[in-house]
Amino acid sequence: MTTAPAKAGWRFRQPSVIPGFGLTLGFSLAYLTLIILIPLSGLIWRSAALGWADFWAIATDRRTINALEISFGTAFIAAAVNVVFGTIVAWVLVRYNFPGRRIVDAMVDLPFALPTAVAGIALTTLYAPNGWVGSLLSPLGIKVAYTPLGIVIALIFIGLPFVVRTVQPIMEEIDKEVEEVAATLGANRFQIISRVLLPGLAPAIVTGFALAFARGVGEYGSVIFIAGNLPYKSEIAPLLIVIRLEEYNYEAATAIAAIMLALSFVMLLVINLVQTWSRKRYG
Amino acid sequence: MADPEIKSYAPHHESQSAAVTESPTARAVLMIVAFAFLGVFLLLPLIIVFNEAFSKGIGAYAEALSNPDTRSAIRLTLLVAAISVPLNVVFGISAAWAIAKFEFKGKAFLTTLIDLPFSVSPVISGLVYVLLFGAQGLLGGWLKAHGIVILFAVPGIVLATIFVTFPFVARELIPLMQEQGNGDEEAALSLGANGWQTFWYVTLPNVKWGLLYGVLLCNARAMGEFGAVSVVSGHIRGLTNTMPLHVEILYNEYNAVGAFAVASLLAGLALVTLVLKTLLEMRYGAEIAATRGH
Repeated sequence: MTTAPAKAGWRFRQPSVIPGFGLTLGFSLAYLTLIILIPLSGLIWRSAALGWADFWAIATDRRTINALEISFGTAFIAAAVNVVFGTIVAWVLVRYNFPGRRIVDAMVDLPFALPTAVAGIALTTLYAPNGWVGSLLSPLGIKVAYTPLGIVIALIFIGLPFVVRTVQPIMEEIDKEVEEVAATLGANRFQIISRVLLPGLAPAIVTGFALAFARGVGEYGSVIFIAGNLPYKSEIAPLLIVIRLEEYNYEAATAIAAIMLALSFVMLLVINLVQTWSRKRYG
Repeated sequence: MADPEIKSYAPHHESQSAAVTESPTARAVLMIVAFAFLGVFLLLPLIIVFNEAFSKGIGAYAEALSNPDTRSAIRLTLLVAAISVPLNVVFGISAAWAIAKFEFKGKAFLTTLIDLPFSVSPVISGLVYVLLFGAQGLLGGWLKAHGIVILFAVPGIVLATIFVTFPFVARELIPLMQEQGNGDEEAALSLGANGWQTFWYVTLPNVKWGLLYGVLLCNARAMGEFGAVSVVSGHIRGLTNTMPLHVEILYNEYNAVGAFAVASLLAGLALVTLVLKTLLEMRYGAEIAATRGH
């Protein structure tokens, strides 16, 4: 081998004695292209073929707008709730020692493991007016099942582990000496938490929020049972896609899907920027 | 601060100094809030699944599960997982080998593409196959002319499941194999092993627990997927209904015991997954280190 690194210009890959690059990369790319890229570009191609006027008509349809508002709005509220409670849960798991901590910790992953349809019917049964929780809330005039509030409940369930699992490892890394130093300098516990700990956790919290939000926007299985699915009121965007498909209205289904993908993409971009900014700001 | 408790190497949550922890009241309040939240949002749904499944007694439960449509839903779910999980394992290993063992242009982009299915709504994951293979789809006419049925049949369900479970194995293996580096493989190769031997006797044993971890999560999602499969399945009872879809049908027919009986099997699967996952993390935490949390 006489390849002098000095005169190596652009090169696709760096030399290595390990075999199998062509085979594994070739297979991976072929599989990725067949399963993910071709189908997804089919979606983009179909929505591009719609033409601007048709696309605009579908996008500005009252029902489409309402469905998108409900999906993004409920996902936002649920992710915000999860940021508060998820951070508390992570704190309790990291800092406090109590019997059964391991089990509680494992339980946090339940929403990852439990099929969404199961979560959907379980939550609906709980929050229905005659359910265990619903019967406690209905005398107070709070209706959860078959309202947008029910959607929020389902999305809180779905999003919780995203926040806890993003924040928890960063909390574990916090050096206690930082808190001790702050305390010796005269800060009280509240000041330490709000001025010292939370800023360090901010990027992780933002990431957890983003993941929970993104997941909530697209969530279908756990929501459709509890939502009531009233057009304009409690109909989420993924359900509207399914309804349009069932009407063989492929154009509308494609357009709504393309809008959802574009909005999620923009959102992730914004959150990425916020994250970069907060990392710079708080280190 | 000469507090010996802080200076010792005891696990951090055991230190009790007032400066670095909350007052007992604050601790109690935080713990109550956390437990109440987890109790209402995680524990209650789990309990109600089993409570409803057995609400009419064990006989009704057994009867619900022996229904032929339920049986065929269970068989279909097992079949779909048995096809899609191994395919994603082969892909995951192959992608991890290419990405972790080599330096090449566009690697970061490829890694991002692999995660793509996680940021796509399950309904859209199903929709893309309808647009491709449906009667009005891009390939619909050609498929029909050749008598090939993909949509509203098992192949479509398998494809949609592969789509949504695509990243699981790869994203466990990539960070793990990157962390382990190429040293072991280079040693094996210099001792005369060929590529396959190196993979089989060196790499695979090194990553086996991480691989199992990925398979576990992939399988749980494959058996539980609802949205994507719902769009491509056609909901033909006894033929194209997976367990989660069957839960929906029974539930919408007001057959609560039947719906929750099938749901209890899926919840049992979720619990087994969580237990195995926790055991793997406890025993082989170091060997699956880079992957904790997903």
